[in-house]
Amino acid sequence: MNEPVDPERQLVDSYASSAYGDPHPSNTHHPGMQTPLQREKVETIFEKGRAGRRAFVCPEPGVPTKPRDELLPAKFQRRNAPKLPQVSEPEIVRHYVRLSKRNFDLDSGFYPLGSCTMKHNPRLHERVTALPGHARLHPLQDPKRAQGALELMHNLEHSLAEVSGLPHVSLQPSAGSHGELAGVLLTRAYHEDRGEVRTKVLTPDTAHGTNPATVTMAGLEVVKVGTNEDGGVDLDDLRAKADTDVACLMLTNPNTLGLFDKNIEEIAKIVHGVGATLYYDGANLNAVMGRTRPGDMGFDIVHFNLHKTFTQPHGGGGPGSGPIAVSDRIEPYLMTPRVVKGADGTFDLDYDKPKTIGRLRGFQGNYGTFVRSYAYIRSLGAAGLQDASEIAVLNANYLLAKLREEGVLDLLPLAYGKLCGHEFVLSGAPMKRELGIRTLDLAKRLLDHGVHPPTVYFPLLVDEALLIEPTETETKETLDAFVDSVVAILREAREDPEIAKSAPYSTPVRRLDEAGAAKRPVIRQPLS
Amino acid sequence: MSRYTAVTPDDLKEMLATIGVASLDELFDALVPEGVRLERGLELPDGMTEQDVYDHLRALAAKNVSAEDEVSFLGAGMYDSYVPALIDMLVTRSEFLTPYTPYQPEISQGGLQVMFEYQTAISELTGLPVSNASVYEGPSALAAAGYLARLANKKGKFVISRAVHPHSRETLRTLAVGYGVEVVEVPLRDGVTDPDAWAAAIDDDTSAVFFQNPNFLGAVEDAEALAGAAKNSPAVVVAQYDPITLGILAAPGEVGVDVAIGEGQQLGNRLDFGGPSFGFFAATEAYLRRMPGRIAGETKDVDGRRGFVLTLQTREQHIRREKATSNICTSQALNALAGVVYLTWLGREGIVELGDLLLQRTAYARETLAAVDGVELLHEQPVIREFAVTVDAPVDAVLERLAAAGINGGYALGRDYEEYENGLLIALTEQRTREQIDALASELGAAVAAERATVGASA
Repeated sequence: MNEPVDPERQLVDSYASSAYGDPHPSNTHHPGMQTPLQREKVETIFEKGRAGRRAFVCPEPGVPTKPRDELLPAKFQRRNAPKLPQVSEPEIVRHYVRLSKRNFDLDSGFYPLGSCTMKHNPRLHERVTALPGHARLHPLQDPKRAQGALELMHNLEHSLAEVSGLPHVSLQPSAGSHGELAGVLLTRAYHEDRGEVRTKVLTPDTAHGTNPATVTMAGLEVVKVGTNEDGGVDLDDLRAKADTDVACLMLTNPNTLGLFDKNIEEIAKIVHGVGATLYYDGANLNAVMGRTRPGDMGFDIVHFNLHKTFTQPHGGGGPGSGPIAVSDRIEPYLMTPRVVKGADGTFDLDYDKPKTIGRLRGFQGNYGTFVRSYAYIRSLGAAGLQDASEIAVLNANYLLAKLREEGVLDLLPLAYGKLCGHEFVLSGAPMKRELGIRTLDLAKRLLDHGVHPPTVYFPLLVDEALLIEPTETETKETLDAFVDSVVAILREAREDPEIAKSAPYSTPVRRLDEAGAAKRPVIRQPLS
Repeated sequence: MSRYTAVTPDDLKEMLATIGVASLDELFDALVPEGVRLERGLELPDGMTEQDVYDHLRALAAKNVSAEDEVSFLGAGMYDSYVPALIDMLVTRSEFLTPYTPYQPEISQGGLQVMFEYQTAISELTGLPVSNASVYEGPSALAAAGYLARLANKKGKFVISRAVHPHSRETLRTLAVGYGVEVVEVPLRDGVTDPDAWAAAIDDDTSAVFFQNPNFLGAVEDAEALAGAAKNSPAVVVAQYDPITLGILAAPGEVGVDVAIGEGQQLGNRLDFGGPSFGFFAATEAYLRRMPGRIAGETKDVDGRRGFVLTLQTREQHIRREKATSNICTSQALNALAGVVYLTWLGREGIVELGDLLLQRTAYARETLAAVDGVELLHEQPVIREFAVTVDAPVDAVLERLAAAGINGGYALGRDYEEYENGLLIALTEQRTREQIDALASELGAAVAAERATVGASA
């Protein structure tokens, strides 16, 4: 590394092969030196263009026209037209293509973001979803003329029911959190229909933030349950808190620590024993397909994240899709409309469910996500889905073992247990103590290695947490390279912790002032 | 090894050895307790090759009658607007399609800047200074506005116009159970919200009022008057808008609306049988820290470069947990990208021109249909892109006859409004031409006449 090089030249070369990600310290210790993306002037689309430029050519009316005031009284008309951009089509294309290059994405590299299941998004799914028979189908089309869509939804419902072991499915919710809201409202409706008022929902202290937020939105009260030394639900605490005021226990299994709760049967017994329901947060379903099912564990309600387990692309944070499956006793309350199959084999939408909680959104849900996930399920089949989970768990355990073998766990110990499910949590506390760098610094330095960092500082009960989920997508070579990167960063930090503390160096921008952004919010382009 | 995994038999052996187990079964036995193991495989069909999956999905698509297969006047909340080709290209780029939420802003500047530009475009469109980065879709956006109001003023009643989209009203009712808020519906008069009943329903315990503009029957409401009626109450004024009308229709921010929400599908998104699309959500400055969902903000990096981050996150579930302003943890980033690209493509003049085009063609269609024997206007209020008629025959049978002629005649209002048993809601997009409107008029006339004859014959 000591031979003389032209640092700028070297950096530019490294960019030729990847958008960013350059771990070489020799490339990152020249203040004032910038990568091409760093030099690029950042302008919004509103700062581009000129008066009179346009992309859209409006069709001629082709009908006899009247003055606008005759059709729309002046008092209802807009006084100041919206100041949208004035740009040509080529400018639009170039602007957004350039912006796209300032994103890191799953198709470009390793993305072990724990709890998010960043698995490969097959392009076949985009192709079939774009077929006009799916893409240009109006949601209020007469069901007689939407038989293919309803059949697809019926088949997807059936598949999700089989994967979860719960017989009744509604595809309506738009995201995992939306499915959670459905689940808690269903639980509420179930208890109220039995003449019971139950006000509490139990959630483990390892739960996703959406769980408690959902409970409040559903008008119930959150009661936290502790975690035992194995990372599972603390049974004594659960017994103490499970009473007839409890409507439901919301549980993720494997939980956010990547651990399958060994006491699941006992937990179900305790919860059902007081008449409460058991809700399964399906965020981690990718660990167990074909190996165990929430329904068989005693859960009454489960939500799926089609954008995790069933490979709907994440789209930079959405769209998602959060169907739910429920047991017989919850079924009467499911959202409407329901997809039904008649005796003659035709499909219809059924709105006539007297005990339904109603609807949670417009139309029938995010159908485009159903097409993709259905294509995935049909591509893989029963054995392929099981293989996906098995390789996800294999990859996570291999990565964990490899990190242990390389001594990484001495500085970043596994928070709980020895083996894991499809993800695992390390604690950066010893690293912080011994090397003087935090989990955040490790994450930021990984950016220079061309890797999307794992989830950081979640779950909350692990100090300096690092939640790693490699998924079944990755090859052994990719996992090995990740281990090499972590080892290199730790070695580098032992010599000079400042390198990691000031990382990243090679990304389009470096560490950003988030506190300032929140203190003086600028959330739109000021326009004159 | 299946299609999307890559572990060879040699890899497997080596990886299991590193882990220190003999087999995958041993690994799973350590994970899943014996009592809950699934001892059989899943009972699902076998996997298929890529080309077989394509054929199967194509066959299913062929069983649907899409807007490509018929001349469609069906709207009622989602519209067959033209989606420019450049949007297909941009939303299928890996860099936009496959990343997650921008948790690492240094490598997510593209997506974050798109959110910032989207927020700017929505603020411009609505005339309201604060926009989030989008929510799920239209009706749930309305219910989310209700939650904002409830948390802001703790009042116990929602007042909603019966002219708001039935799915929005139903979604609000579902969620209001959780919020602990009573929902009161205000009836219509002459196709718009009855102003007297509206004013009478609003009181000191009103948390929010909701109207839609243009309303579900296509009528332009007197938004200023409806908003004004709530002025002396604690109520948050929430209005659902059709964004494509906002080039010519007074902006919510100009008429006293506090929170403007709506369905964003027709801004560059496909019909997709109802989703995914996005909901826009904009508000006055007062609600900045009460907004649901993601918000992008501008800032600088350590070297002084301009950059963007997710901001005001202390509102959100991952930090505030049970005290969060919403449980939502995503935006509809990809659909919102399509939305801002579409608005940019329309541009400053295009949004006005398109509004005028819809206004003219809709006026022509309304006049032409009103002249058809057996068809009457359901109301006489001004309309922009959608209008309602009553047909003098069973509307479902009339729609069947139109379908046989290759025309989707619109939405049967009787499904949601028993008072409009044979009402028909007809929508125009820029894709519907004069010839198609004329064809609708003649086929509708023929269909009504044929149904009348049938009724006459059987009587």
